[in-house]
Amino acid sequence: MKKLNFVLSLLVAIAISGVASARDQIKIVGSSTVYPYATVVAEKFGKSGFKTPVIESTGTGGGMKLFCAGVGTQHPDITNASRAIKSKEKALCAKNGVKDIVEIVVGNDGISFAHSVKAKDMNFTREQLWRALAHDVEIDGKMVKNPYKKWSDIDKSLPNKGIKILVPPPTSGTRDAWNSLVMKKGCTKAAKAAYKAQGIKPKKGCRKLREDGLAVEAGENDTLIVNKLAGDPDMFGLFGYSYLVANKDKIKATKIEGKKPSLASIQDYSYPIARPLFFYVKKAHIGTVPGIKEYLKEFTSKGTMGPKGYLTDIGLVPLDSKSYKKTRTAGTKLKTIKLN
Amino acid sequence: MTREQRLKKRYAAEKRFRFLGIGAIAISIFFVCLLLFKVFSTGSTAFIKTTIMTEVDFNKELLELGDVKKPTLKQIKEAEFYDVTYKAATGLFPYKNDEEEKGVKTLLSGNYEIEIKNYLLNNPELLGQKVTIELTASDDLDQLHKGNFPRDIPEDRRRLNNFQLNVYDNLVEQGKIGTAFGNYFFFHGDSRDPEIAGVAGAVIGSFFSIIICLMIAFPIALMAAVYLEEFAPKNTFTDIIEININNLAAVPSIVFGLLGLGMLLSVFGLPRSTSLVGGITLSLMTLPTIIIACRASLKAVPPSIREGALAIGASKVQTVCHHVVPLAMPGTLSGTIIGLAQALGESAPLLLIGMVAFVVDVPSVPTDPSTSLPVQIYLWSESAERGFVEKTSATIMLLIGFLVIMNSLAVWARQKFERKW
Repeated sequence: MKKLNFVLSLLVAIAISGVASARDQIKIVGSSTVYPYATVVAEKFGKSGFKTPVIESTGTGGGMKLFCAGVGTQHPDITNASRAIKSKEKALCAKNGVKDIVEIVVGNDGISFAHSVKAKDMNFTREQLWRALAHDVEIDGKMVKNPYKKWSDIDKSLPNKGIKILVPPPTSGTRDAWNSLVMKKGCTKAAKAAYKAQGIKPKKGCRKLREDGLAVEAGENDTLIVNKLAGDPDMFGLFGYSYLVANKDKIKATKIEGKKPSLASIQDYSYPIARPLFFYVKKAHIGTVPGIKEYLKEFTSKGTMGPKGYLTDIGLVPLDSKSYKKTRTAGTKLKTIKLN
Repeated sequence: MTREQRLKKRYAAEKRFRFLGIGAIAISIFFVCLLLFKVFSTGSTAFIKTTIMTEVDFNKELLELGDVKKPTLKQIKEAEFYDVTYKAATGLFPYKNDEEEKGVKTLLSGNYEIEIKNYLLNNPELLGQKVTIELTASDDLDQLHKGNFPRDIPEDRRRLNNFQLNVYDNLVEQGKIGTAFGNYFFFHGDSRDPEIAGVAGAVIGSFFSIIICLMIAFPIALMAAVYLEEFAPKNTFTDIIEININNLAAVPSIVFGLLGLGMLLSVFGLPRSTSLVGGITLSLMTLPTIIIACRASLKAVPPSIREGALAIGASKVQTVCHHVVPLAMPGTLSGTIIGLAQALGESAPLLLIGMVAFVVDVPSVPTDPSTSLPVQIYLWSESAERGFVEKTSATIMLLIGFLVIMNSLAVWARQKFERKW
């Protein structure tokens, strides 16, 4: 019994000291797409004298939830996001007292619709992709449950191969971006009108995925998706540009409306499914947790995210000079965004 | 049917039965071997690293120590190493333009500047001399040298361009490419550069978690088992408790992660991503398993021992503490070790309490953020860089090694202390 008492009191002591002591290490949560970039910066930052920040890959949505839970050292300081913060999330932040948020645009990313290098090069329009993935499509003005089993069913010019697509889960920011850039934009006018007539928001109706097993939710593990694609030349998957760069001996991107994802086409947004990447900083924690300011400085420096910075080596597409200036001022002057 | 025919039929039936049994064992051994072969064949190369013999000129002028007669270690530590490291890295091969310069420089690992600096700090007498040092190569070169990257594919699909391949071939010809013990893998924390990423942080994190798990789960489980087995009255209430314990042992581990998130992090406010919280969560998970093992071994102690002790006047507590529990120890210990081995291999509950994270610094106390071995396997299997493939398998080998050690310890403990009645 003495031993038990000792153990319990020791634990309570550890617990109390753990709570009481201030955190001296930055905590970062959020998107798995920004994770590769953030970890590289964090590691470099850790060699400069500060403790290396701890980064959790929770997905954009999960990160926002943790980030907006409140102010205090038990909550993360920074959340990475592969899309801009939603108004719902802003409201949650405001409700929990997270009032001052600094938004940093990290750079650009092109969602790559990729397949095995063994397969033939392909070119898709966004409407074709929507038709391949949507739950309901419109044919001759009528909404029907997605009947397409092969690409050639959608368009005669496409190959006579079965449709097999791996998509990220709904909590992923990549999925959100894909929804707004492909599922919404590729959705035909007639389908949108039909949804409106049914009293369903077109945005919601268009992005609903087919449930007959041809579009498979594959989880946040992008490396697993790469290996699956490499093994099956008829399968397609979608993920951030950095995974394409790191695995170019195994997979290649298809063209979207005639454009391949590349540094140039993503930077000037001529690649149709390019999107910016972000991270958000809790201003209230600056000064409480040491190093946040310096981390921001390191991340937004030219040597990091500039055109020749080390993040471009692992697939980040740098901002153009105008957006870069804006993000650099936000990072050094700590400009906050409006929450409503 | 004659007697002979019936006999023959019975023999045949026995033969078939034996054959099926051997078949079942053969199939399971086959799958285990397949798994081990896959893991060992991809992972064994991670224990060695590729190195490049690099000429380094510890020139005093370049180090900005020109006017110091006898520099102290502290002065060397604070010296400007940029020129020295730059010259060493770019001196590997002559280049023509910026791009080629970068190509040469990136053949070395991201840590080469620190390696050069540490070499001089360990050998301060080399100041002012030109020496050849073995530096760690980048993961791209490492993977090429180990034969994991194909060379015969078009340049734009390769990680190393034609110029870099040319440099590599030249270095091989000069005998400058070598291999060395993969020190980073064992003594370094996580990193985004596969060539300098290691499992030290994960091993320490796992160790802390397991110790905390043992400290909490073992005394509580033992007390619970002793009370239920020796003191508790047999009624509906204790029956319900027993059913619940058996049930809890079968609850998916992720549920305990949710409990840890809801209770430890939200209510008690313990720090996220730490092995302290991980250990407590794992102890909740292994508690029912250990209670069941403890009760089984207490039950196995013959009643005659208890009766004997009571007969010579020992109290109930004395009987239990002096006789029953010590005799049940072998089973209790092996049950505990097996429970801990289960906890060591667990990653799902740790996901929810934030231990699935990028942690570079090796933890020194249980309240430092850390990962654990299975989590490290998961994280590396997710990374885009190819060098992590072999690291993932190597970490699996390490984890399997630890599990084998713990399970053999359990068998040994049982055999060593077992009493035959």
